Amino acid sequence: MTVLVKIPTQLRAATGGEAEAEADGATVQEVLDDLFARHDELRARISDDDGTLRRFVNVYLAGEDIRFLDGLATPVVDGAELTILPAVAGG
Amino acid sequence: MAVSHLQCKECKAEYPLEALYVCERCFGPLEVAYDHSRTSRDIGELRRRIQGGPQNIWRYADFLPLAGGPPGPSGRLASRVGLPAGCTPLIRADRLAAALGLREVWVKNDAANPTHSFKDRVVSVAVTRARELGFETIACASTGNLANSVAAHGAALGLESYVFIPADLEEQKVLATGVYGTKLVGVKGNYDDVNRLCTELCAERDWAFVNINLRPYYAEGSKTLAFEIAEQLGWELPDRCIVPIASGSLFTKIAAGFREWAEIGLLDGEQPRMNGAQAEGCSPVASAFADGHDVCRPVKPNTIAKSLAIGNPADGPYALELARRSGGSIDAVSDEEIRAGIRLLAQTTGVFTETAGGVTTAVLAKLAARGEIDPDERVVLVITGEGLKTLDAVRGTFETRTIEPTLEAFEAGVTATAAV
Repeated sequence: MTVLVKIPTQLRAATGGEAEAEADGATVQEVLDDLFARHDELRARISDDDGTLRRFVNVYLAGEDIRFLDGLATPVVDGAELTILPAVAGG
Repeated sequence: MAVSHLQCKECKAEYPLEALYVCERCFGPLEVAYDHSRTSRDIGELRRRIQGGPQNIWRYADFLPLAGGPPGPSGRLASRVGLPAGCTPLIRADRLAAALGLREVWVKNDAANPTHSFKDRVVSVAVTRARELGFETIACASTGNLANSVAAHGAALGLESYVFIPADLEEQKVLATGVYGTKLVGVKGNYDDVNRLCTELCAERDWAFVNINLRPYYAEGSKTLAFEIAEQLGWELPDRCIVPIASGSLFTKIAAGFREWAEIGLLDGEQPRMNGAQAEGCSPVASAFADGHDVCRPVKPNTIAKSLAIGNPADGPYALELARRSGGSIDAVSDEEIRAGIRLLAQTTGVFTETAGGVTTAVLAKLAARGEIDPDERVVLVITGEGLKTLDAVRGTFETRTIEPTLEAFEAGVTATAAV
């Protein structure tokens, strides 16, 4: 499966300025791993040493927070859109 | 001014005082840091300076993130600039205390702000900083109260404004936003959907989203609630504060305000216990507290307390740390308890609050019933918004008797039924 990953501005320094990147995998984790393989710096910025996403990182698959799905194990379909965004407070 | 730089709350990386909100190194949230080394340690002088300031939050300008100081030709005239917030009443609520078996309860009535909620504090600070940074358009993602405030501040200062709200928001909050001439956008989805859209939009537009790219400045405005409470208590700390939690920002910043003043020497004594209040229909932070977790699992909100309906609370982890560290807790109450809370506050204090205040009052009642509050404690209940904005919550809770305009009809129709 090839997925389009949208990169937030704060992380574009780690992707050579790219706002979007294509990555392959059957699950969100595999897609992120594929992305990290090409942009190693990205891994350090958004995941902890044990590989889990840092607590202020939100990942959305087709607009839905992956924590409402199966988290990093959520399967992805070809052409899906994965969005990485920082958590923001407000109200 | 004492404001110094932005700092990542997680990895402590430092950034300049610009429209930044996320650490590029670790994705943690940024917050404002101060250098108070040159702030006067003459406590008497510092207190007099604050007391001699304007009757609004700009009296605390030394502790706010403005490079140019308070807006206006002089600090003294700041009360005439824009839409000044703050200096709301702190009311001694003896009848409420008696009803709950307590001795000293105070109600901080922040519905007495220009657009009737505490949001005017945070928006005043964010918008003033946005102007310093040269922005001409302000915007926000809102559950309603923030929408009112951003629209009104835009109007007062002549700035273009865009306000994004969930499409199903209470009518009162929609009307009280649109009237200011803002560009109002209803988004099909809940607050978390609106927030996600605005976070994406923020990267595409050169706008000051008060609660996104201006968030570090915005959040500082909540400290003024702590400053006022302490000043109004005669430069003393309360023993306990009950505060509603949506994103967790207000809860943590009230505690930060008390701490900042204690560090300077303006206040003595122990920091208050901090009790957070959530609605059961949206209680990710209360659930994490009960389960002993240090992060919150997001939820899909379903509660009448729409101003607290944030299912993915960004400051949740910090709210959890604070509640535990201060010896407080985070509790949740049902929609029925929220309605009862609104009535209890109204009928013992004369303060009519919106659903969020019902949540806060209901949590106070719950803590009192559980015996968690020592009757000798000085408790402050933070009421963040106005009852007229959520009228549905009280509809059908009482009866109006309609009579003919005669004494007989009154005697027969009202006195008789009242006796039942």
